[in-house]
Amino acid sequence: MNFFSEPLTLMTFFPLVGVLVLLFLPSDKKNVLRWTALVTSLITFGISLWVLTMFRSANPDLQLVAKYDWITVAGWNIQYHMGVDGLSILLVLLTTFLTPISILSTWTAVEERVKDFMIFFTLLEVGMLGVFLAQDLFLFYIFWEFTLVPMYFLIGIWGGPRRIYAAIKFFLYTMAGSILMLLAILFVGIQAGTFSVPDLAANLSGMYASGLIDPKTQMMLFVAFAAAFAIKVPMWPLHSWLPDAHVEAPTAGSVILAGVLLKMGTYGFLRFNIPLFPNATIAAAPWIALLATIGIIYGAAVSYAQSDVKKLVAYSSVSHLGFVMLGMFALNAQGISGGILQMVNHGLSTGALFLLVGMIYEQTHTREIKVYGGLWKITPVFGSIMLIVALSSMGLPGLNGFVGEFTILLGAWGAGMDGGSFAPMGGVWWAGLSALGVIMAAIYILFMFQRMFLGPQGEIVDEVKKHGHALRDLNWREILTIVPILIFIFWIGLYPAPFFNLMAPAVDKMVAALQAAAMAMH
Amino acid sequence: MPQSSDFQTILPLTILTVWACVLLLVDLFIPKTQKWITATLAAAGLAVTLGVTLAQLGGPASTGFSGMVVQDGFSTFLNALQLVCGLLGVALAFGYVKRMGLERGEYYTLLLFSVIGMMLMVQAADLIMVFLALEMLSIPLYVLAAFNRTQSASEESGLKYFLLGAFSTGFVVYGIALVFGATGTTNLAGILASAPTSGLLLTIGAALILVGFGFKVAAVPFHMWTPDVYQGAPTSVTGFMAAGAKIAGFAALLRVFSTAFPALAVDMTDILWALSALTMIGGNLLAISQSDIKRMLAYSSIAHAGYILMAFVPYGNPDVAPVSIAAGLFYLVAYAVTNFGAWGVVIAMEKSEGRGLAISDYAGLAKKHPVLAAAMTVFMLSLIGFPPTLGLVGKFYLFRAVLSGGFVWLAVIGVVTSLISAYYYLRVVVTMYMHEGEPTVEREFWLDFTWGLSALATVVLSFIPQALFVMASSALLK
Repeated sequence: MNFFSEPLTLMTFFPLVGVLVLLFLPSDKKNVLRWTALVTSLITFGISLWVLTMFRSANPDLQLVAKYDWITVAGWNIQYHMGVDGLSILLVLLTTFLTPISILSTWTAVEERVKDFMIFFTLLEVGMLGVFLAQDLFLFYIFWEFTLVPMYFLIGIWGGPRRIYAAIKFFLYTMAGSILMLLAILFVGIQAGTFSVPDLAANLSGMYASGLIDPKTQMMLFVAFAAAFAIKVPMWPLHSWLPDAHVEAPTAGSVILAGVLLKMGTYGFLRFNIPLFPNATIAAAPWIALLATIGIIYGAAVSYAQSDVKKLVAYSSVSHLGFVMLGMFALNAQGISGGILQMVNHGLSTGALFLLVGMIYEQTHTREIKVYGGLWKITPVFGSIMLIVALSSMGLPGLNGFVGEFTILLGAWGAGMDGGSFAPMGGVWWAGLSALGVIMAAIYILFMFQRMFLGPQGEIVDEVKKHGHALRDLNWREILTIVPILIFIFWIGLYPAPFFNLMAPAVDKMVAALQAAAMAMH
Repeated sequence: MPQSSDFQTILPLTILTVWACVLLLVDLFIPKTQKWITATLAAAGLAVTLGVTLAQLGGPASTGFSGMVVQDGFSTFLNALQLVCGLLGVALAFGYVKRMGLERGEYYTLLLFSVIGMMLMVQAADLIMVFLALEMLSIPLYVLAAFNRTQSASEESGLKYFLLGAFSTGFVVYGIALVFGATGTTNLAGILASAPTSGLLLTIGAALILVGFGFKVAAVPFHMWTPDVYQGAPTSVTGFMAAGAKIAGFAALLRVFSTAFPALAVDMTDILWALSALTMIGGNLLAISQSDIKRMLAYSSIAHAGYILMAFVPYGNPDVAPVSIAAGLFYLVAYAVTNFGAWGVVIAMEKSEGRGLAISDYAGLAKKHPVLAAAMTVFMLSLIGFPPTLGLVGKFYLFRAVLSGGFVWLAVIGVVTSLISAYYYLRVVVTMYMHEGEPTVEREFWLDFTWGLSALATVVLSFIPQALFVMASSALLK
């Protein structure tokens, strides 16, 4: 097999080369280990850009497909099947983009067991890329579950004081969802005779039409898949693992957790739930919208009440991902493409917020908002960047968050106009309620910014001085870590068209398939 | 008169029996300090027999001794597995018995005789042979369990195992008697041919046989002996017993039930369903609170008996039975591989006087012995059923078979208990990676070899399980 004719395989498994090198490096050469991991992830990012150049955005189907028989004996029909389309290309790029940034952020933050850290981090990238690219349910499940293992170690070894509790909770909570999905995967695999996702979509729709799978079973399958994904997103009320995992995780872990791992949940809905169980999707859409809206408002309200800044950012994820879910389950082109873009936006903004919180925490070792104050004067660069990221997170026009949220709200508003989804309540109501979430986001984000960066100087400044070194502004490495994200925050905010173009044909195809399923149902 | 073709049927068995008998004599002339020669000879015997068994793979099925024994794909597959278990059992014991001051030549000959019993069990085609094989495999294990005779725990283990074993054999024999009463024959094929398709006597007989083997494979509620016996026995014996005895017990159950009692499936399916569910739930719940690694793994082995029992539940449904039996066989392989690795790590950590066996003794292992800790992590993930390990592939196969049989709730119990099991398996990982400690580890070549090979096989075979799938599904009972 020529690897260069298999760009997706090459990209997914290239980090393993880095893991292999890391295994044989001495564990006391910390900088060599860091550079190895960084270079590995940068090359992976390079490969993903190469993939992007080969990606044809006009094509709504899977591209660059690698498809080989894997386990096809003894009645099995499992394939090694990878492919990328408009739904996943941005998430793949987000993954390869955030990984080197996260590694860069650990340069001075992780001093213990650097070798193990880099190995787990690099393994994690393999798992994440596999999740977004796998087109066979068995393969997908392997990648999906595998991502838990390195993340579990990252939280459990390098996390905060309650890291072990958080790591186990994270593992068990997410596994609880996955096992239901495992049964559903087996069930559809047995019924349809294949695990290949594109074939499944075709086979299943035939089985729905012929009544081989009745609507009730379809709904149960939908729920089983949704259980796995909703926990990952996390949707209210299944979010309680998230604050623990986020608060205890090391900074780089939080960035990847928020930036990529949560997107695996929303992506799962998009890739599996909606196309494979279209009728159940339409039936469940109002309920998902309800949960999403509750999540938006609940997440925002709880964020406001936090005294720990990392927890505040963690709960804001619940709120932001509520928007993503609302947009996707508006089930129209605007909603879905807004949802996808908002996944990327959230990865960038929240990733950056976690990075910034990590940078200040590294100096002060506290995340209590109340001990800070007047930081902008002392650390102007840090303060300015924080302001941009905060504004992006709350959806200020001109920055990326606005574009995503606005498109989602448009989509949600339009949902149900054609009498289809979101009945009995029109989409207008959901859009209206969720818009409340935008306002609340402005409140908790600005309130946080005000308490930490404006006003009189906080006690922590003197506290740090007592230990012999004053609070310093960002250094070049830290600026280098954050600036790439800032570029995209502005780019998406000012000119989002190229991003929408990447996904548009795939989204249109998906919506058309949904409408066909809805027609068939009536 | 037996024909030469009769011996052809039990050729591997004959070779190993002769080898074991000769070894018993040879061992007398091997000086006390040179017992490694006995071990090597025992391993060589197992290896030769394994070679002969593998040569039989894919050959035609045959019966011998007037239908008392049978040699077919099923028996060849499981014989090969038993022999591999025997080899790994020798490798586990090689350094351990010396270190613990238990090095006596009988250890290895007893192990060989036990393997012979297991192989006979797999080949038995008559209830009398099943009974003989059961005794043949059990008696050496009773002795092995009590092999550390200066330790009261080991004595207790042997005695408990013996008493419970005798008790359970009683059930089997009584069951055989009832079946004979109902059908007038003890031959498995004969029972099927001459049986009244159901009938109370036959049902009770079959149920009693199930109870007897329920003890052997440690299914709830017949599991009470397991933790004590596993804990008290020398660890190298426990590792061997956990895999070997379980495989033999399941092989006999599969053979007897699907050859002789398919007609009873209507009644038996519900019983097996309940047994499987109880075993999964009980084993996993009881394992949670264990602080001793041997006891934890003992309960884990009970739990896994429950998973394997799942494969029996659809045995009466001719559409699903082949798939589910193949899934059961595959899971046995996955379990055996993982099991030997895990027990290998336990042996590496064990100190004299039974120290080093608490889970808390594993603290800091990842820092001091990263490879060993990584291997143990692989085994724990495999026991949970997590990628990238053989345990996941095994469970995938098993749950698929159960779902194909329409037993959705059993599959749900299976996955939920897997989730529960993640908690206690992860505790070992947590201790190794996230707690500080100064553990010391015994490095012995064959021990390292055992857990290293197991870890490698657990991971690599999960990506290329095709050959095993083919073997397991061609090892079906005709």
